[in-house]
Amino acid sequence: MTEQTVVPDTGAEGKPDAAVVRDALGVGIAVGLSGFAFGVTSAGSGLTLAQTCALSLLVFTGASQFALVGALAAGGNPLTAAAGAFFLGVRNAFYGLRLSQLLALPRAVRPFAAQWVIDETTAVALAQPTRRGVRIGFTVTGLTLYVLWNLTTLLGALGAEAIGDTAAWGLDAAGPAVFLALLAPMLRTVTERATAALAVLLGLGLLPVLPAGVPVLVAALAAPAVLWARGRRESGDGRTTAREEER
Amino acid sequence: MSVWVAIGVTAVGCYAVKLLGLLVPAGALERPLVRRLAALLPVALLAALTAQQTFADGQALVLDARAAGVGAAAVALVLRAPFLLVVAAAVVVTAGVRALGG
Repeated sequence: MTEQTVVPDTGAEGKPDAAVVRDALGVGIAVGLSGFAFGVTSAGSGLTLAQTCALSLLVFTGASQFALVGALAAGGNPLTAAAGAFFLGVRNAFYGLRLSQLLALPRAVRPFAAQWVIDETTAVALAQPTRRGVRIGFTVTGLTLYVLWNLTTLLGALGAEAIGDTAAWGLDAAGPAVFLALLAPMLRTVTERATAALAVLLGLGLLPVLPAGVPVLVAALAAPAVLWARGRRESGDGRTTAREEER
Repeated sequence: MSVWVAIGVTAVGCYAVKLLGLLVPAGALERPLVRRLAALLPVALLAALTAQQTFADGQALVLDARAAGVGAAAVALVLRAPFLLVVAAAVVVTAGVRALGG
C-alpha cells in the first residue's frame, strides 16, 4: 500500500535542495518580519532599545518575549514575569528532542544549534524527508529568522520611539493577536479547547485579586488539571494504555 | 535594573531548555504524560495571555478597542490569513475603533 513508499530515508527520492531552501525562506521571512511587532510592543511597554534588542538576540523565542514584556508592562515582579516566559519556552525542549534524532549533530555543534530550536525551525525541519533536507531546512530557517527577527526588532523599537504613543496606532493589540495566531493551530481536540477555556477563566478571573503575572502562572495549571480529569474519565473504561501506546 | 534581571533569567532559562532537548538521550523525556503536558502547557499559557492582554487594564477588566482588534484577528485566522495579516488586522481595527472614539 501507499504507506510503504513513504519510508525511504536514503535520500534517493529526496526533495531537491532548492525546494527545501524555498520552504525555509518562506517561513523565515514571513515570521522574521513579525519581529517588527515585537520591537514595537516591547518599546511601547517601556523597555529601552537595548533591552528590546537583547531579548530578541538572547531569548529568541517569540511567545516568551511577548509574554515577558507584557508581564513587565503590567507591573509584574521580574521573576514572576520571567517564570511565565520560561514556561512558554519549555516546549522547545521537546522540539530539541525530536530534532536531535533527525539532525544527528556532533555534540560540539549542539550548543550553537540550540538557540535556533524554536517552533518555526522545527516545523520546517520535520517536514523534510531526508537528513540532508532536515539539516538544510533547519539551518536556512534558523539563519533567516534569526537575522530578520533581530533586524525588525530593532526597526520596530526605533519606530515605536519615533511615533511615541503606540496605543493610538492600535499597536497594543499586536501582542494578543500574535498569541492568538500561535494558539489557534493548537486547538485541535476537545482536550486542547477545554484547557484553553479553563486557562482563560483562570487568567481573567484571578487578575483582579492576585499580583500581576501570577494569574498566568495559575492558569498554566489548566494543563495538568485537564489531563488529570481526562485520565480519570478514561481509566473508567481502561482506554488509557491503548491511547498512550499510540504516540 | 529589575528589567535586566528579568531579561537575564528568561534568556538563561529559555536557552537551557532548548539545549536540554538536544543533549538528553532520546527517551528521557518521551514518557507519554510528560509529552502531553509539554504540548498542553503552551495552550494554557497562550490562552490566558491572549485573554489578559485583550481585556486587562492594570488589574481591572475592560472592554475596549483591543477586543475589536483581536476579534478581527480571530476572523482573519478563521479565513486562514497569513500570520502578518492576522497581526495587521488586529492593529488596524484597534486603531480604527480608537480613532472613532471607541
